[in-house]
Amino acid sequence: MLATHGDSAKLIAGGQSLVPMMAMRLVRPAFLVDINEIAELKFVAIETDFARTGACTRQVVLERDDRLAARVPLLRQALAWVGHVQTRNRGTVGGSLAHADPSAELPLAAQVLGAKLVLRSAKGAREVDAGDFFSGPMMTSVRPDECLEEIRWPVWNEKRCGSAFTEISIRHGDFAMVSAAAQVALAADGRCTRATFGIGGAAGTPLAFPGIAARLVGTELGDEAIEDAASEAAKETEPGSDLHATKEYRRHLARVHGARALREARERARSAK
Amino acid sequence: MSETLHTVTVEVNGKPCTAAVPARLSLVDWLREELRLTGTHVGCEHGICGACSVLLDGEPVRSCLMYTVQAHGHRVTTVEGLAKPDGSMSVLQDSFCETHGLQCGYCTPGMLIASQALLNSNPNPTEAQVRDAIGGNLCRCTGYQQIVEAVRLAATRMRAK
Repeated sequence: MLATHGDSAKLIAGGQSLVPMMAMRLVRPAFLVDINEIAELKFVAIETDFARTGACTRQVVLERDDRLAARVPLLRQALAWVGHVQTRNRGTVGGSLAHADPSAELPLAAQVLGAKLVLRSAKGAREVDAGDFFSGPMMTSVRPDECLEEIRWPVWNEKRCGSAFTEISIRHGDFAMVSAAAQVALAADGRCTRATFGIGGAAGTPLAFPGIAARLVGTELGDEAIEDAASEAAKETEPGSDLHATKEYRRHLARVHGARALREARERARSAK
Repeated sequence: MSETLHTVTVEVNGKPCTAAVPARLSLVDWLREELRLTGTHVGCEHGICGACSVLLDGEPVRSCLMYTVQAHGHRVTTVEGLAKPDGSMSVLQDSFCETHGLQCGYCTPGMLIASQALLNSNPNPTEAQVRDAIGGNLCRCTGYQQIVEAVRLAATRMRAK
């Protein structure tokens, strides 16, 4: 279908973003291809270095999966902010990523963790890094004849690991004005051995800051180092202004929430056994 | 131009219903217009207000964001399906009446579905859990206080049974 009709055909999974956009006549696909009943696209498989999730796995399934929460804790933390019970019951993990709303939580989690996304067409499959997957607001590198098939979430095997997700919105479950996610690992002496963090809702795509995060490695993740990192990151955001928040306020939120996510992640890592 | 019709079989409130529907017919329109189950309300039609909530295989979903063909082979429970078999109100519905958990009634079917789903999986919810469960449902009359009260009252009564 996709190979024949290209852009005029659209895949529908949970439909929690696509159907509202169709209701508002923002998109008018000539063909909808429903992938909800494809059992092969629904799974959670935990491996040593990756947790693999089928693209059509419902968000609620990921949220309730204790093994996944133990291996990729950031996912459950992010999902707590995704929409409402009713939308998470239908919404899928792949749908949220492929929709690529710049303020959505799962794209930020994918960006921060460096998830790998498997895209399949009739010609074969290819793997794309999250960093190359998101190309702009609601734009991805998915070609018109491709379907997102699987997401591989990196598992951090360090003993002392912590992650956190935070955001601010008008009401819980609404689109985030700004969101932030972080994950850190600590050595036995308390020094940071690995760090990643990112900001959502403050640019055309969710942003991760590998360069800034690298400078946290080797430090004890003191409040000052974290504040500096968050300030640097906030400077790299390119937020827009709207009814709810000016771009200056969003940049302020990016700094505050970036630091908050890093601090919470650090505290969880410190208390990890 | 006539549209292609697709045959679907959906279990609605315990009864199997078979119908021929166009692919674009939303589930809420089918429930209301064809089955005349007008208890489910249509509010915003784009997944914000929660008035159209129904249970799909026991879990709350927005019926304005689903096409009828997607419900094929699944179980749907509408607000009509919450009442007792003799038609009298459920414990939860009675609690809504008693605590004045509704005024205009527009959000009520969605609120009932969302809170019944909560009580089915959690017989003793905290206030925060109730608020989380109805977080996807808008009410412009009550200020939510009495709705939360209603759900907690129903929980107490259902546990006492």
